[in-house]
Amino acid sequence: MMDRPTIGTCWLDGCSGCHMSLLDIDEGVVAVLRKADIVFGPLVDAQEWPEGVDVAVVEGAISSQDDLRLAQTARARSSVVVALGDCAVTGNVPAMRNGIPTRKLLERIYVEGATDQPQIPTEGVPALLKQAQPLHQSIRVDVHVPGCPPKPNAILTVLSDLLEGREPDLGSRLRFG
Amino acid sequence: MSEKVKVRIDGEVLTATTGQTILEVARANNTYIPALCYMEGLSAVGACRLCMVEISGVGKLQPACTTPVQEGLAVVTASPQLEAYRKIALELLFAERNHVCAVCVSSGHCELQTLAQDHGVTHVRYPYGYPRLAVDTSHPRYVLDHNRCILCSRCVRACAEIEGAHVWDFAGRGIRSMLVSELSRPWGEATTCTSCGKCVQACPTGAMAEKGWGVEEMTKQRSVVSRLSSMREGE
Repeated sequence: MMDRPTIGTCWLDGCSGCHMSLLDIDEGVVAVLRKADIVFGPLVDAQEWPEGVDVAVVEGAISSQDDLRLAQTARARSSVVVALGDCAVTGNVPAMRNGIPTRKLLERIYVEGATDQPQIPTEGVPALLKQAQPLHQSIRVDVHVPGCPPKPNAILTVLSDLLEGREPDLGSRLRFG
Repeated sequence: MSEKVKVRIDGEVLTATTGQTILEVARANNTYIPALCYMEGLSAVGACRLCMVEISGVGKLQPACTTPVQEGLAVVTASPQLEAYRKIALELLFAERNHVCAVCVSSGHCELQTLAQDHGVTHVRYPYGYPRLAVDTSHPRYVLDHNRCILCSRCVRACAEIEGAHVWDFAGRGIRSMLVSELSRPWGEATTCTSCGKCVQACPTGAMAEKGWGVEEMTKQRSVVSRLSSMREGE
């Protein structure tokens, strides 16, 4: 039991579509869970990323201080980091704000764009970074799985490969967008 | 007078005609060399650097689309070195502008996207530039999105060489180069534009599209430009 591989997942600046696609591997979930335990992420209720995780699956770009901290924790406590989906791999839609200064962006949305109580929220929300960046700009990434979202069979291929000790190869399943 | 020459492409001896380029000979003999700026029927400019090949006895790589064949030429079109350089070229194209496949009209029908996938580009190793670029929606039927433009100039050549209007050209230099209609007038105000749409059909990415299509919906008839050109041959 001690040797069972563990998987942690997290959701940074993304839409959760990649996690939906992860669930969409249907009965593949059973095959994955026969080999490994999911120990952290939106699908389970652990509060803290545990030490010694085998596979970290990260959805979303790094957009805020919290994103950066969680990505760094996942990296430090996991053997393999998988960037899941276009936001984690390229920055994708979250990075479309990158040409606009953060202050201007927030004012446009929360002040000019608001009809009721126009103000930039500061409490309970993490500070935005200057730009939303792909994961590999901040931490070392071992496997990139692009796609918006990646197709379920691409995710299943990569997880199966990693859990069975093979080098993941997306081959013809590689797809952006 | 054109004459027959013998060339070797990936070890195979082929008969070609002087005046043909390496790319033309390779494609005529079912040898695939990737290219983005090349389009059959238009002049070749060697802009995208994807068709680089190794020529024996020549110390540096040469673009297949602009290098004419000659007797005894021996060419290698695929090697680990070429593969590495082609990946770099593709990644730099992605890094230069904002190619957001997930919200692009041409996703699924885009030559840049397809080539990246075919060449195993899983991510871009260079920092993205994230430039702020305009989208010109002034034309009643078409839209120009500079975010997706790779400066291949297929639209420029299709308009100048096939339609004969020469609406398009480049302004600026280097990374600031920008496609412009007439003397940087909005497309909709360009008096020389005939609204024929050849530029749109020639565009390999989602930089030029017909209005009214959503994500993944813009398919192009790229053969239109090549077909028109071949019908005019000998005129």
